[in-house]
Order: sequence, then structure tokens, then C-alpha cells
Amino acid sequence: MHGDRQVNKVFTRIFAIFWKDVLTELRTKEFVVSVLVFALLVLVIFSFAFGARTETTELVAPGILWVALTFGGVLGFNRIFAVEKENSRLEGLMLCPVDRAVIYWGKLAGSFTFMLVVAVVLTPIFLALFNLPLFLPRLALIIVLATLGFAAVGTLFSAVAINTRARDIMLPILFLPVVVPVIVAAVKATASVLADKPWSDMLTWLQIMIAFDIIYLVVATLVFEFVVEE
Amino acid sequence: MPEIAPAASCAIEVRGLTKAFGERYALRGIDLKVNRGGCLVVFGPNGAGKTTLVKIISTLVKPTAGHVWLDGIDIRERPAQIRRRISLVSHQTFLYDDLTVYENLRFYGRMYGVAGLEEKIREVASWVQLESRLHDRVGTLSHGLQQRASIARAVLHNPAMLFLDEPEVGLDPQATTVVSDVLGRLNTDNRTVVMTTHNLERGLELGDSFVILDRGKVVYQAARDEIDKEGFRQVYDRCTGTGR
Repeated sequence: MHGDRQVNKVFTRIFAIFWKDVLTELRTKEFVVSVLVFALLVLVIFSFAFGARTETTELVAPGILWVALTFGGVLGFNRIFAVEKENSRLEGLMLCPVDRAVIYWGKLAGSFTFMLVVAVVLTPIFLALFNLPLFLPRLALIIVLATLGFAAVGTLFSAVAINTRARDIMLPILFLPVVVPVIVAAVKATASVLADKPWSDMLTWLQIMIAFDIIYLVVATLVFEFVVEE
Repeated sequence: MPEIAPAASCAIEVRGLTKAFGERYALRGIDLKVNRGGCLVVFGPNGAGKTTLVKIISTLVKPTAGHVWLDGIDIRERPAQIRRRISLVSHQTFLYDDLTVYENLRFYGRMYGVAGLEEKIREVASWVQLESRLHDRVGTLSHGLQQRASIARAVLHNPAMLFLDEPEVGLDPQATTVVSDVLGRLNTDNRTVVMTTHNLERGLELGDSFVILDRGKVVYQAARDEIDKEGFRQVYDRCTGTGR
């Protein structure tokens, strides 16, 4: 009973941080709009560069989708903790009687949701630009798993980067090498879906993404306290 | 083995507090005591260590050496328990500009697990005279009104101890008077207050004990009945070397 109440308190606080970020995003549209515009530009430039021929599509389309989402994500993750740095809001959060992991999970919920919104808008445009079928439910699963991995790492490194002078440069330097396994798995699994191969062909890549998501989430939860504490 | 147990009557006890940022010492062995319900005002020039002191006792910064006990609890051992009992108002409001005052208070209320939150928000808003601006975005308010919203945020969970770090910085004289009036009413319900300020007159009005910090050291310490208010400026200038 006491345990249930504790769990409820934790979820209430995670939701409070998440909802605060959603309200802010609904009013400023800083994350979704900037990431979406950047990712769309990447898609359009690559679609002109490679054309929409079947042979090029199979070869480059999966990579283009994930380049757009990954680099767009870097732009967005920079904002996740930057907003807390302004007006010393992070100090306000740190004064709250909550475990530091609660702050991480609240911010993660926001960044994951915003990245997912970007992916949901971007993917149909990507499929249309490359003359691919619009209904690909397996691609949705890949997007959810890869986005979770990106958000887990991006949220942590966003907190690291805000305390550095060159935070705009620091985040991609930290983020990109760490998410390489997820990017590779997402590209391979997407290629399998676009080529209409069976489930078994992408299973290994899905397992890799699930494994890395779990590793990232556990490690980030454990180290977040050391990142944000003085 | 040195005696390190805190005195039972003290709400706040600081012993041998030292903080170094690399080679530079911000605090050099500070000793302080604040009785329950007392109001300690800390004066000092820029760089004296006032903000570092407040950040350490509010658990935001870890000391290099020394001890701080709040209500007999060592802040290094049980910081989460301490955070329920304290609050901080600084010249930064910690508020989100794109949210309304109400949404900011609801957010912080949820983070502190405040019971009867809606009622409590109305109560603190009325207390700082912000009822009519409750649904305005914080970014649209003047700095004085934002500071009042920040005070509402700070007292929402009814903290036993309140730390005020130069809360009047950036306010015009009129706003300073209003904020000081609100701050003057904070030291009620047996709430312990520690305030840092440059404003000697306001500080002397609010406090019941006073400390002057200079270069990380306590250079003067007195209770209200021990000081001559008229001559305090000379004491301050002499202690900090500003009169030379």
C-alpha cells in the first residue's frame, strides 16, 4: 500500500515535468517546429540529389530518413535542458524534494514525445517523396524504438551540455558516437521493411534496438544525478 | 574527536563551512546559528560569499568542508528530507515565462506534493496580491510582479525555513517596497528566515540578527538589540573596507 503511494507520487511528479514541457512546447513550438523544418529540408535535398528511382530508393532511402531524424534530433535535444538553464529554473527543479531520476524521466517523456511527433509528420512525407507505400506498420515500431534510444541519450547529454561553454557543439560530439548502434540498427531494419522482407529479417535489429534502449535508460537513470549535481 | 552534534534549539547551525572553487575560496570556515523562527540577515559586498552560503544551506551546492544542520539534520546525509522543509527566493525567479502564474504554481505544487493544491494556490496568490494576474503568463509580468510570484512559489509548500538571496535585485524602489513588505510578513508562523542583501536599511528592518561577510569570512555578528542602527553603515564600511 505504502509502495503503491510512493509509485503514484513518482509518476505524478514525472507527469508534472512532462506536462509543463508540453504546455511550454504548445506555446513556443521551439522543439517540434525547428526539428521538423530541419528534417524536412534534409529529406527534400536528398530526394532531389538521389531522385526516386527504385534502385536508389532501396539503397539510400533508409539512411536518409535516419540522417534527417538524427541530425534534427540534435537540434531539438539542445533545447531540452537549455530551457531549464534560463532564469536558473534548474535550481528550482533541484530544490524540489524528488529523486534526480524523476527529473530525468520527466524530461525524457517530453523529448521522446516531441521527437515522436516529428517522426509521425516526417515519415509519410518521406514515403511519398520516395514513392513508397504509405502504410508500413513495422516502420512505426522501428521509429518508436529508435526514437526512445535517441531521447534517452539526448536527454542525458543535453543536461551535460548545458554546463559547458560550447553546448551547441558539445551535444552532437557526445550524442552521435553513442547512438551509432541505434542508428545502424534502425537503418538496417528500415531497409528490410522498405524491401518488404519478412519479420525474421529485421528481428535481430529490433532486438539490438531494444537492448540498447534498455542499456541507455538504465545507465542514464543512474548517472543523471552526477550530471546535474554540483 | 571533535564535538559535532548540533544544538537542539537551533533551526540552522553552520560549523566550519568552507567552499573552494578550484584554488579560489568562496567561504573560509563560517560558523553561524539561527534560532527557530529567527531572521538572520547576511550583509556583504559582491564576492563576499553570500550566495555561496545560501546555495550550500539550500542543498544546491556541496561544501568543501564543514557541517550544516537544518533542524538537527545534516544536509549532506538527508538532502531530500531537508528540501521538503526549505525554500529559496533569489533574484532569479525559477519561473517559466511561457506558463501562467497559476500553471507555474501548480507545477511546483505537484513537485512538492502539496495537498489541497487549488485552494493553496489561491491562498498564496492572495497573500502576494496576485489574484488578478494568476492567469497571465509570467513573461508578460513586470520584474516586481514576477518576484511576488516567485515568493508565492516559495511558500506554496509552507516551508519551515526560507532562504532569500538578494530578492530585491533588479527591482525599482516602488517594487522593492512592495516586495519588502511581502518579505516582512514571511517571518511569521515560526518560520526561520535567512536573507542576504546589499540593502542595509531593509535588512536592518527585517532581521533579528545580523552577519557581515567579507572575503568568505564572518567579520561581524550581532543580535538586533546589540546594534546601533544609525551607526551600522560605519560598522559595515569598517568591516568590509568599503569606507577606506
